[in-house]
Amino acid sequence: MAKVHVSTTVNGQPQEVLVEPNDSLLDTLRDGLGLTGTKEGCATGDCGACSVTLDGRLVCSCLVLGVEADGKEVGTIEGVADGDGLHVLQQKFLEHAALQCGVCTPGFIVAAKALLEKNPDPDETTIRYWLAGNLCRCTGYDKIVRAVQDAASELATPA
Amino acid sequence: MGDYAYAAPSTVDSTVELLSNTAQSGGRAQVLAGGTDVLVQMRSVDREPRLLVDVKQLAETNKLSIGDEEIYIGAAIASAVLNENAELKGKLPGLIESADLIGSTQIQGRCTIGGNLCNSSPAGDTIPALIANSAVCHIVGADGERNVPVEDFLTGVGTNCMAPHEFLLGLRIPTPKGRTGDAYLRFIPRTEMDIAVAGAGVRLTLDENGTCTEARVGIGAVAPTALVVPDAAAALIGSNVDEAALNAAADACSAAASPITDKRGTVEYRTKVVGVLCKRAGAIARDRAVVA
Amino acid sequence: MAEAVDLKAIGTRPVRPDGVEKVTGRANFGADLSLPGMLHAKILRSPHAHARIKSVDLSGALAMDGVVAAISGKDLPGGGDLGVNILAKDKALYHGHAVAAVAARSAYIAEVALDSIKVEYEPLNPVLSIDAAIADGATLVNESMHTNGDTSQPASNIAAITKFERGDVEKGFADADVVVEGEYRVPTAHQGYIEPHACTATINEEGKATVWCCTQGQFDVRSMTAQCLEMAVSDIRVIPSEIGGGFGGKTTIYLEPVAVKLSAISGRPVKMVMSREEVFRATGPTSATLCRTKIGAKNDGTITAASAWLAYEAGAFPGAPVGPGCMSVLAPYDLENFAIEGNDVLVNKPKVAAYRAPGAPQSMHAMECTIDELARKLDMDPLELRLKNCAEEGTVAPYGPQFPAIGLKACLEAAKEHPNYTTPPAEGQGRGVAVGFWFNIGMQSSAEIRIAENGAVTIMEGSPDIGGSRASMCLMAAETLGVPYKTINAHVGDTEATGYCNTTGGSRTTFATGLAVIEACEDIITQCKQRAALTWELDVDQVDWQDGQAVPKPGVNADVKPLSLADIARSAGRTGGPLLGRASLNAQGPGASFSVNWTDVEVDRETGKVDVAAFTAVQDAGRAIHPSYVEGQMQGGAVQGLGWALNEEYIYDANGVMENAGFLDYRVPVTSDMPMIDTQIIEVPNPSHPYGVRGVGETPIVAPLAATSNAVRDALGFRINDLPLSPPRVLEAIDANG
Repeated sequence: MAKVHVSTTVNGQPQEVLVEPNDSLLDTLRDGLGLTGTKEGCATGDCGACSVTLDGRLVCSCLVLGVEADGKEVGTIEGVADGDGLHVLQQKFLEHAALQCGVCTPGFIVAAKALLEKNPDPDETTIRYWLAGNLCRCTGYDKIVRAVQDAASELATPA
Repeated sequence: MGDYAYAAPSTVDSTVELLSNTAQSGGRAQVLAGGTDVLVQMRSVDREPRLLVDVKQLAETNKLSIGDEEIYIGAAIASAVLNENAELKGKLPGLIESADLIGSTQIQGRCTIGGNLCNSSPAGDTIPALIANSAVCHIVGADGERNVPVEDFLTGVGTNCMAPHEFLLGLRIPTPKGRTGDAYLRFIPRTEMDIAVAGAGVRLTLDENGTCTEARVGIGAVAPTALVVPDAAAALIGSNVDEAALNAAADACSAAASPITDKRGTVEYRTKVVGVLCKRAGAIARDRAVVA
Repeated sequence: MAEAVDLKAIGTRPVRPDGVEKVTGRANFGADLSLPGMLHAKILRSPHAHARIKSVDLSGALAMDGVVAAISGKDLPGGGDLGVNILAKDKALYHGHAVAAVAARSAYIAEVALDSIKVEYEPLNPVLSIDAAIADGATLVNESMHTNGDTSQPASNIAAITKFERGDVEKGFADADVVVEGEYRVPTAHQGYIEPHACTATINEEGKATVWCCTQGQFDVRSMTAQCLEMAVSDIRVIPSEIGGGFGGKTTIYLEPVAVKLSAISGRPVKMVMSREEVFRATGPTSATLCRTKIGAKNDGTITAASAWLAYEAGAFPGAPVGPGCMSVLAPYDLENFAIEGNDVLVNKPKVAAYRAPGAPQSMHAMECTIDELARKLDMDPLELRLKNCAEEGTVAPYGPQFPAIGLKACLEAAKEHPNYTTPPAEGQGRGVAVGFWFNIGMQSSAEIRIAENGAVTIMEGSPDIGGSRASMCLMAAETLGVPYKTINAHVGDTEATGYCNTTGGSRTTFATGLAVIEACEDIITQCKQRAALTWELDVDQVDWQDGQAVPKPGVNADVKPLSLADIARSAGRTGGPLLGRASLNAQGPGASFSVNWTDVEVDRETGKVDVAAFTAVQDAGRAIHPSYVEGQMQGGAVQGLGWALNEEYIYDANGVMENAGFLDYRVPVTSDMPMIDTQIIEVPNPSHPYGVRGVGETPIVAPLAATSNAVRDALGFRINDLPLSPPRVLEAIDANG
């Protein structure tokens, strides 16, 4: 199978990578670029562990072809913390013990970040429906929802 | 066994040419819009390699226009984009809600009404809502363009009327006028993430007295394809869309259903619930029409 | 010891030591390792639920470009049932049973190559339910299986029968004013961990293998892999990755011997990652069950007798968690007369694996529903009925031992006073109550405490961390040593890096490995006192350890400054060398954990859909080391239980093919399905642990099944005995009951 050359931007950095035409963006990130923070839980778009942003929009990277990232901007968990430290959501997930095993956590954080960028003041129902595509089997979701609520209120408070 | 390949043509003509040439050479091409069905199928039920023809680069499949007579929704526009369009949502709340029900937030970022229709699942959420809204498929192929009503587009479980050289450009929907409202409801066991066990879409128009003058009802997941249910519409037309009329429409939907028992529901369950959904969607459409 | 006072670290809620790695995507899970030259392997699985395998021909696959190695069952000689489950030998015993494996340059090539393996099957009649398995003339899953090994009886699908009895059950029922009985079915459920099984293996020319994998127990992976490959345990090193959920399902192995064997043939590292579909078809799940329960009571609520007949699907090999099901079913009650019988039943389904409180949710669903019916018949509050009969310190458990201090009564009393209980359910909603239980286990653990030159503390232990246990270890070490939490880190070692440790499971880690950590810290304290005594030229018994410092004992005349752990560490080279504390033990007295749960539900009478409006969990944790993670266990277990009660089930067709092998149709709860899960931690200290710890992880999944059933019963006015309470089942029942 002829590999395809893809020029993309990941977390603000230009990247060149060769992909098979049927590789998913998830495969491309993990195997092609070594960015294993994005996880595979199902490869069918049902668990959200592979959540990334594509040109700013939240998607399951398992349901995007690697070739489709050509010319686009990809955002992954590795780009959530900036040089100054953890993102507020990351900090709140830690403070609220919103993770147990932690394998769903990158997907939840990427998804929750996309929510707060679109809607800085979501109510509990909005948070729960926005995150309905992210499965967590450990926490029962309670502490995740609280961490997102707390992050939203902290982000809303002027520094 | 051949190899997978990918192409993202930039014009409709080159897309048609690619599809035609592949078909003529005995190859297999598959049109790719959001990919949320195609990629799943590629990994499980149908692993045969093929040429993936991405139609998201085309201006025509990304066209969105809201005219006095017709609303045009390009086949490759992601549901999330449609949902963020307040004007469109105001005109066709039921249809946009049906698109919003496909999968998760993540799926919404990719999936399209066009793809949902072309996948032609009996349970596709947008299809009953498209039928209720009298949507027409705008198809292009080697023989030029053609327009096919959604209910005629579908030919069976996972099949539709398009030839291998054709693809869907967009959907034409009559712009709602006067006191018109639409609604779509589906039933799933959870609150999100499931395939519809049954679904019902209703669009209706009321006169100034609140009498229903026009109605169309579509149902899904209760037959090999989504269906238009004229008897349900007839039960609503001429009524005030009161409980008796809604119950009659519900009975008509149940009567029109010919479901199967599978992992998502039983014959008895689907038959009953499709009526319940018609009744509830009808009431929502009525309430929307009143304030339209 | 249990009444530890003035705790400084324990009971606080610091950030876990592995937290930053996990919120940034740096933490390495099972599938995250890549090695140079690595091959990818895939498994061919049986399309039949029951079939004789007449031949396996790998040549077609081996001839393909990019394929490097292929094996079938005969290449995996050992391991008994485990080995047969990992690669079928003469029979395929369930749909999805592994038959052969291929290693290739890429996972895609390996997957495509599977189609070129030729397997000749002779399909057999599959046995797909308990009823079919125990019927006269049933097809045998295993023709040489005799119940309890009794070959004087004909072969049977019942692998074993377990019985617990006390008193005179018939007389007890005869003495009762009221008798209630019922028959309850619970479906097969999967653990549903989000991370699929994954491993990478390599073996060198000396026959030394290294296996990286996601597991709850690296030492069990080592011994099981060694058995399957007939290798010495010492020739295998198992390095556990971070683990993306297990819930019991990662206490056994599926891939590791295959990867090692393929590596041995190819001379290259081999990586295997299951698809989600494979996880559903061939790993986990837990047993579907059929339970018949009966309770007799006096009009005042005193239970006079109880009985339970339990049958658990084991899958294709013996080993359903029927023993724990029998142990748990009546554990909350102080009974004079009871009879419990458990049956371990073979069917042509995947071999069951442990799932959180294995066996208890199913049997206790039946009994707690029966108790609820009794409360209704007696017109008693369900908490009052349980308080009247509840087990307490001194009660002899149905499975033998006398309970030491336990927290059931405290939980029931707390529930009775809880505002969520004293406030009635909202209009139109129903409320259900149930009790949960798990006996907990101890077993073997080791721990090492290493003190750096600056006094920082490193814990090396062997319990893979599935829910924040490293934070608990650090807290117990901080408490014991008297040093700040921030100066401590904990690591889960590989089989060469840490002492032997039993698998993380049965809610043993915080208890048993915690005990080892505490003892290792005490070893450090002993050494520090010796070093201080040496420095001060005192006798060691003149030195105390207080708040992280060596100090002269009161009354000892010495003009010295206290020596901190850092002080002693800094000069350790002059006082005898580096500080290294050790402990290894076989922990006794794990201390049972009881819970009381209640939930309020609303039922849509036109669609049969059940919505969970509220859920409250009260549980005895003995002592909550890190309360957030205790709450997290309670909340997570509650939601797993709710999922099982409402929608989760394996759906099979007539040929034994699972029809819902994916997260789309195996419907675990999603965020929007659930309310907040309220928790109340009760602390009745476990007398066998210095800080009073009881395991808390298993119990939370037990009560939600019956609590939900009882709530739906309350909402509808009639009972639906079987789970799940999925919309079609509920609507059918509503229609049948008018």
